[in-house]
Amino acid sequence: MKFDTPAGINPIDRMAVVGKPHDRVDGARKVTGTAPYAYERHDVVPDALYGFILGAAIAKGRITGIDTAHAQAMPGVRAIVTYQNAGKLTLGSKNTAKLLAGPEVEHYHQAVALVVADSFEKARAAAAAIHVDYGRAAGHFDLAAAAKSAKSDGGEDEDGSKSPPIDRIGDFAGAFAAAPVTLDATYTTPDEAHAMMEPFATTAAWTGDALTVWTANQMIAWTREDLATTLGLPKDKVRVDSPFVGGGFGGKLFLRADAVLAALGAKATGRPVKIAMQRPLMFNNSTHRPATIQRIRLGADRSGKLTAIAHECTSGNLPGGSPETATDQTKLLYAAPNRLTAQHLAVLDLPEGNAMRAPGEASGLMALEIAMDEMAEKLGMDPVEFRIINDTQVDPEKPERPFSQRQLIKCLRDGAATFGWSARDARPGRRRDGDHLIGLGVASAFRNNINFKSAARVRLGRDGVVTVETDMTDIGTGSYTIIAQTAAEMMGVGIDRVVVRLGDSDFPVSAGSGGQWGANSSTSGVYAACVKLREAVAARLGFNAPDPDFIDGHVRSGNRSVALADAAKDGDLVAEDTMSWSGLSRKYQQSTFGAHFVEVAVDAYTGEIRVRRMLAVCAAGRILNPKTARSQVIGAMTMGVGGALMEELVVDKRFGFFVNHDLAGYEVPVHADIPHQEVVFLDEADDKVSPMKAKGVGELGLCGVGAAIANAVYNATGVRIRDYPLTLDKHLDWLPTV
Amino acid sequence: MAITGASDARTVPPAPPVATMPVSLEINGRRHDLRLDPRTTLLDTLRDHLHLTGTKKGCDHGQCGACTVIVNGQRINSCLSLALQHDSDKVTTIEGLGQPDHLHPMQAAFVKHDGFQCGYCTPGQICSAVAVLAEIKAGIPSHVSPDLAALMHPTNAELRERMSGNICRCGAYSNIVEAIADVAGAVA
Ligand code: FES
Ligand code: FES
Repeated sequence: MKFDTPAGINPIDRMAVVGKPHDRVDGARKVTGTAPYAYERHDVVPDALYGFILGAAIAKGRITGIDTAHAQAMPGVRAIVTYQNAGKLTLGSKNTAKLLAGPEVEHYHQAVALVVADSFEKARAAAAAIHVDYGRAAGHFDLAAAAKSAKSDGGEDEDGSKSPPIDRIGDFAGAFAAAPVTLDATYTTPDEAHAMMEPFATTAAWTGDALTVWTANQMIAWTREDLATTLGLPKDKVRVDSPFVGGGFGGKLFLRADAVLAALGAKATGRPVKIAMQRPLMFNNSTHRPATIQRIRLGADRSGKLTAIAHECTSGNLPGGSPETATDQTKLLYAAPNRLTAQHLAVLDLPEGNAMRAPGEASGLMALEIAMDEMAEKLGMDPVEFRIINDTQVDPEKPERPFSQRQLIKCLRDGAATFGWSARDARPGRRRDGDHLIGLGVASAFRNNINFKSAARVRLGRDGVVTVETDMTDIGTGSYTIIAQTAAEMMGVGIDRVVVRLGDSDFPVSAGSGGQWGANSSTSGVYAACVKLREAVAARLGFNAPDPDFIDGHVRSGNRSVALADAAKDGDLVAEDTMSWSGLSRKYQQSTFGAHFVEVAVDAYTGEIRVRRMLAVCAAGRILNPKTARSQVIGAMTMGVGGALMEELVVDKRFGFFVNHDLAGYEVPVHADIPHQEVVFLDEADDKVSPMKAKGVGELGLCGVGAAIANAVYNATGVRIRDYPLTLDKHLDWLPTV
Repeated sequence: MAITGASDARTVPPAPPVATMPVSLEINGRRHDLRLDPRTTLLDTLRDHLHLTGTKKGCDHGQCGACTVIVNGQRINSCLSLALQHDSDKVTTIEGLGQPDHLHPMQAAFVKHDGFQCGYCTPGQICSAVAVLAEIKAGIPSHVSPDLAALMHPTNAELRERMSGNICRCGAYSNIVEAIADVAGAVA
């Protein structure tokens, strides 16, 4: 099915199941620990050996020797895999750095060896007995230093990060020079880690020349393809299965070392092998959100109308890597006739930078939305009003292209009313609560909507049960539940009559989980397959009417009503289809919007920052399940608190690695850091995006949170911090005297 | 692709085998007599030797709480102790609290309040939460308890403080605390 004209009325609009806050259909399994994750597949692979990965001890250079003799002689060791015996490995299309080093080392903790042994303890001990000699080469590890030689570079279209290297509209320089009120400020965001709770993990087994990996992955088809490429196998000899994934946030979008090495270890030993990458290796071995240096210039007239906007971003990556497209949202968020966005990419020899939840916008809004706050203050305007008067209903670069739906103003207004924004004192440092300085902050949220081709297969069984199969993943996002709701709505059955099977490359290829495209795209694929199944059912039951009703387990038209299950009396009915998109996203800019409101308390003596209240108002099309969607948003808000206040991969600029590479050193929010969170969804249905009329929310919830917190901290203290994270040392010396 | 033998031709005499030691554990009411490599953690014993994989490994270093189980009534990070330290101990894991068709009230509350997303930290959160309510009931104070001698209450601040050893990167905290408060209210 092709989606190329706006959706009319369809069975989803009934919203008898879709749009309801159903508990997760996989909930009971998750809360009892009976949902099997990748390392736990005793059910299908009872006899796996254990793999342990050794990471490179240098950031750049060469392996000059590997002595495995002692390790090989240790008890229980079955095989040691290094580049010397791994055979030819080809770089996958989505990997920048190789997943097994040798002889060159491209980054610190790049995998150097895999030990396979008959227990975890033995594999770990043997890995420690491998001796590797390195020839260390000089590298570039300092973004600020490398920024001077950074070249212009743009993003890719595929993940929605399509900022070209330089984009000019009107005459920015002239308008900025002429503007009576201007801001020119530079903001920095640090390298951040996904730090999902389930480590990279794979169980691999060969049957003859065919490989199966049970792995933790967001994008089954990408990973199948890249695993086949890496190992030189035909794609049909590789099966990838990820029914449960313990978080990803972009970290599990791609093929990683655990999958490749488990496959190699299993080949070497003739036995299945399982690997869970040790936590201290993960941060340097895999990808991270790259640090940015962002310069923003704003010019406005005295009424507060922006006349000039410029946003330039510099990030770094390994040779061949992509930039952090932090200027994306600036092209679309506010009106102004004169605009400039530019991206620069420096070569760094740190681990590979790549997508982390809301790549581009998360970092970009951390800067842009502080700049908007600073500008509002210069203009003497309320920051909510300042944003409202600069709203645009069309793509500012192509005014003939309207937004499909844009309720940013309502998000801001409703949020201000709900949050009690009017209690904010525009003069910073004025509100006190005992020893605490109290501040309120706001920021706009913006993230583009992306639709990805997505297929599904649906089967009606003799028992009337509808089974959905698609390689879509549920990484905590609620895919199992919203897909069950979609199929239930389409086939007119209760959600308890639907079985959803996900994450297996034997199933039709879905959009996968990333870029907040998963919910809308994958349910649209299920919608398309269900449309076909409805046709098959109607034909089987002899309905001549064009579109009978599917309701309460029955198919109805006029006076005729037949039980749905009757259609499968003589055998299962199966239908498969793919939803693809064309045209409408060129005609209409499709984006999601929101407003974040935050109250913080800053200890007047120590400078310690605590978040007291948080509210997000989101406009993201139809909300398929308000319970799971709300969880996506509060989870994103929580990650936003981390980004604002604590998360930072600290770079050792001499040796080129992230120093704090475990969960003790890389701090993420814990229970004590997170207050009760409020989420409001505006009632929307966007007929330009899909028959589901839904858009994503999982990344929107993160976009802008950091800046709302930073703005609240400024409102509390009067000290403006432009370098994330906002740790107390950055404002302690300047706090108001007490 | 081809895998050849070890990458180094040098031969080293094989090291002596690893000795194992006996240990007896009572897990979810059932006694298990095991012989283990003394380096085996309680966590890996549960997951790899007994196939009780409900208890998760997030870090193996006592930094995340995913491996939380209840030993003799107290919650611990099972990655931080060796199985041999637990001879004769009574261990309750997530599987011992409830099963999909008969959930423990805390498990049911987590489903109702959507106190999880990916589910990987969840068994640890739930074991911790059950133990936290018992700690509060027993009058064991925390860093935020206003009066060490007074009765403890499962306030929002107490729950958040006491649960802070259990990281949820999916960020379900606000819902988790509501789930625990719901159960605390029901029990109180
Ligand atoms: S696995 Fe034990 S605390 Fe993380
Ligand atoms: S539910 Fe994913 S880490 Fe808590």
